[in-house]
Amino acid sequence: MKLSEVRDILKATVVVGDDKLVMEISDAAASDLMSDLLSNYQEGSLLLTGVTNIQVINTSLIAGITAIIFVRGKEPNSEVIALAEEHGIPILKSSYNMYSSCGMLFSNGLKNIR
Amino acid sequence: MKKEYEIKAKDFVRAGKASIGVQSILKNIGFQQDIIRRICICAYESEMNVVMHGADGTLSLNVGDKEIVLEVKDCGKGIEDIEMALKEGYSTASEEHRDMGFGAGMGLPNIKKNSDNFEITSQKGNGTHLKMVFRVNGNRE
Repeated sequence: MKLSEVRDILKATVVVGDDKLVMEISDAAASDLMSDLLSNYQEGSLLLTGVTNIQVINTSLIAGITAIIFVRGKEPNSEVIALAEEHGIPILKSSYNMYSSCGMLFSNGLKNIR
Repeated sequence: MKKEYEIKAKDFVRAGKASIGVQSILKNIGFQQDIIRRICICAYESEMNVVMHGADGTLSLNVGDKEIVLEVKDCGKGIEDIEMALKEGYSTASEEHRDMGFGAGMGLPNIKKNSDNFEITSQKGNGTHLKMVFRVNGNRE
């Protein structure tokens, strides 16, 4: 699935990375726990989270997360946006909550990390 | 090759910079993704531990031919019960730390899991010293 399809399914807005929408997404994980992602994450996947502080970007860089969706209509601040931009990590935001977002992506064929 | 970074306690904006710096150095040297990932997970978890629990500290990276050594020292309050701290789920983190996505009691277990050798020394009131060793064998491109 392309990141642009993820955007359409979740009726999401692109915060950073309009040029990354062609990115291919093969699987996803959802968590608000950074240590969980560091422990179980697979490189190259999509992250759905409700945490919007700068550590989400740092965790993404360390864990190899390719793209981030902020759920529940959460807004990242300008420092978070700048760091994501600097490292080429696209950020999208959706007003759907975590459960609905995951359900919609899953039923459209996007699977859990292997 | 040696590099040392300062870590400031409670500086949540800069937290993570040392680990991202380590990642960049290791990528430039040409190590494989898997070992870089393991080292950086250890660096980042320990850096966050210092920022959350310690007083100021340092993170040093020493890249040798056979092994890479990562050392993190702080002059914080130390760990009272190391055995407990190494158990998954045990945490003394505050609500503020949990709101940021940390403090689930997975930091030290994560570090232990991702390093080839791991030593921790700490005394109440005398800070904490972590030494993590990673074998280079076959991990260079």
